[in-house]
Amino acid sequence: MSDTVTIASHFEDAEQQREAGLMGMWLFLATELMLFAGLFGAFGIYRGLHGEAFAEAARHLDLPLASINTAILLTSGLTMALAERSVQAGLIVVARRWIVATVALGAVFLVIKGYEWHHEFAEGLMPLLGLPFDYDGSHPAQAELFFDFYFAMTGLHALHMLVGLGALAVLWVLGRPQPGPRADRYIRQMRITGMYWAFVDVVWVFVFTSLYLLRS
Amino acid sequence: MSEPETHYLNDGWTLRSWLLTTDHKRIAWMYFATITAFFFIGGLAALLVRLELLTPAGDMVDSDTYNKLFSAHGIVMVWFFLVPSIPATMGNFLLPLMLGARDLAFPKLNLLSWYIFTLGGLFTMTAVIAGGVDTGWTFYTPYSTLFSNSAVVLAASGVFVVGFSSILTGLNFIVTTHKMRAPGLTWMRLPLFCWANYATSLIMVLATPVLSMALLLIVLERALGIGIFDPELGGDPLLFQHLFWFYSHPAVYIMILPGMGVVSEIITCFARRPIFGYTGMVISIMAIALFGFIVWGHHMFVAGQSLYAGILFSFFTFLVAVPSAIKTLNWTATLYGGRIRFTAPMIYALSFLGLFTIGGLTGVILASLAVDIHLHDTYFVTAHFHYIMVGGMVTAYLGGLHFWWPKITGKLYSGPWSIVAALALFIGFNLTFFPQFLLGFLGMPRRYHAYPEEFQLLHVMSTLGAGVLAVGYLLPMVYFGWSLWRGKPAGDNPWDATGLEWRTTSPPPKHNFVDTPTVTGRPYDYV
Repeated sequence: MSDTVTIASHFEDAEQQREAGLMGMWLFLATELMLFAGLFGAFGIYRGLHGEAFAEAARHLDLPLASINTAILLTSGLTMALAERSVQAGLIVVARRWIVATVALGAVFLVIKGYEWHHEFAEGLMPLLGLPFDYDGSHPAQAELFFDFYFAMTGLHALHMLVGLGALAVLWVLGRPQPGPRADRYIRQMRITGMYWAFVDVVWVFVFTSLYLLRS
Repeated sequence: MSEPETHYLNDGWTLRSWLLTTDHKRIAWMYFATITAFFFIGGLAALLVRLELLTPAGDMVDSDTYNKLFSAHGIVMVWFFLVPSIPATMGNFLLPLMLGARDLAFPKLNLLSWYIFTLGGLFTMTAVIAGGVDTGWTFYTPYSTLFSNSAVVLAASGVFVVGFSSILTGLNFIVTTHKMRAPGLTWMRLPLFCWANYATSLIMVLATPVLSMALLLIVLERALGIGIFDPELGGDPLLFQHLFWFYSHPAVYIMILPGMGVVSEIITCFARRPIFGYTGMVISIMAIALFGFIVWGHHMFVAGQSLYAGILFSFFTFLVAVPSAIKTLNWTATLYGGRIRFTAPMIYALSFLGLFTIGGLTGVILASLAVDIHLHDTYFVTAHFHYIMVGGMVTAYLGGLHFWWPKITGKLYSGPWSIVAALALFIGFNLTFFPQFLLGFLGMPRRYHAYPEEFQLLHVMSTLGAGVLAVGYLLPMVYFGWSLWRGKPAGDNPWDATGLEWRTTSPPPKHNFVDTPTVTGRPYDYV
């Protein structure tokens, strides 16, 4: 056992341990991808069936705000990548600052998202929990279906963001005492969290495209 | 022969040493205890169903209760017994041993899977106690979303939660198989049990999340009023069936592939011959897993699906029969010229061979579009899938348990009694389910608790068979219990079998092997 790497007792060496961790995360992301694929598949079918109604409903969403949010989330992907690079270069203090930046950007994203939801609630476009659905377009029933998807997709994405923010917070805390011999482990944890965060980013790109950009 | 002084079972006696263990062998035991409990709960529901069907009149329970009984039977048996059965118990115990590894790649995640499984079980059991679910195990919309007044949210949440447990188990198995193999253990030297669990794990990781999403949408529809399957909004209830079967048809292969793995190990050992056509077996395992993803529409032939989709799904379903037949023929060819020993595990494996063949061939009948219109939703379908899931998987599960029991516990069990149990299972099973083929062919639909009088004889036979079958299930509990208490030490390799798991002591030490074993040749080195 080398003195800079902690290896769990069932692994032969550090390389095996590292590869196992990464492969596990890739598989987990494959599972996540299939989870969202079910939802996006259903959305795609309905988009085909009720194209006009869905496009009209999409025009009721706040595109400028969502575009700003997209920019914010993609930037958080950059700060996360910088955090990873810093920790690989042994700069734990810098890495922790990038984590703070990532968490801050993620939090701003959620606040803006929450504002959007509240706006839709105030407009009567939230067909949940028996709330009245007050829609002024020409296909109110199918528009309700669209908004069902809107809340399911953005809600599920926000839930994944929360999990990611939690993981980042844990990473920030773990980095506090100078890790020393645990550095290798910290790099692995950072890499795995980074993969998850990138996945959440990518899912948002699809959510944004399907819900906001298909307007005509 | 004597037991080793220290092994995984006597490494700590406290409850804590079990509940917080990360040893895959102990986690396997925890799964074993949990799924056995679920098996008997699901079995009790089946028994009540069979008792009701003794007489043509629906006199023992009312129709609502009957609906809840068969739903409970299906939900518990599929998700809380069959899906985890072989992977979570024997797979958990044996996969690292067969790979020459000290544990699974993620031991803590393995423990977490068990807790998630138990949590999901508690949800579903609460649903059963809180008044039951009457949707059947398939939760079809719009009935489950708009009409059913039963505890659908709780039950579906339970199945949703338990899905994560099988995803995590599958993930763990895949990474372990890729990264933890002993020196010299190349892919084409893996025992077929490992291949079968690997293929199963792929299905678990890729199909389960789609079911999770479908169930989540049902829960959201009932709890929040989201109407994705609501026809009034332009939603399509049939979409649920597509999402559901996208998982649940591959899940049928989750419920048979591990059994095929077990049977391959048993047949080679007790025929004393290497498996016939190892490469073909590996390819057909992977082919079954792959084809499993493109046949889901055969559950929907009469659901208003387009005829062209029906033709394609029918064609692909016929195609699955090819790798299945390759496997069956290869097992038979392995027996040819072998020195066969009729031990209990071998009788289970041979029962599997016969019952799986009947189940598979009737599957081909059901895959034919025109015939399915007559047979759809009749007892013919019920009999068909019970031949696969019970005749196949449960038989293989018991066969595997009898095969590896000496390794798992270090003890022997009663030879004669185990043979009696294996025969009771074979006779009881056929008596229960063969009449159901006839019932279905004559037009008796599934899920009814009252029926015309001319069907009574066949139903009585079926119920009697269920009684014999129950003996076949209860007997092993008795002699396995006795074996734990008073069984003779088994020694490291009582069957004289090949495979890395037999090279370590029985029961194995905590870290499986004293020295990491090396592999130099193909598996099944019998002469």
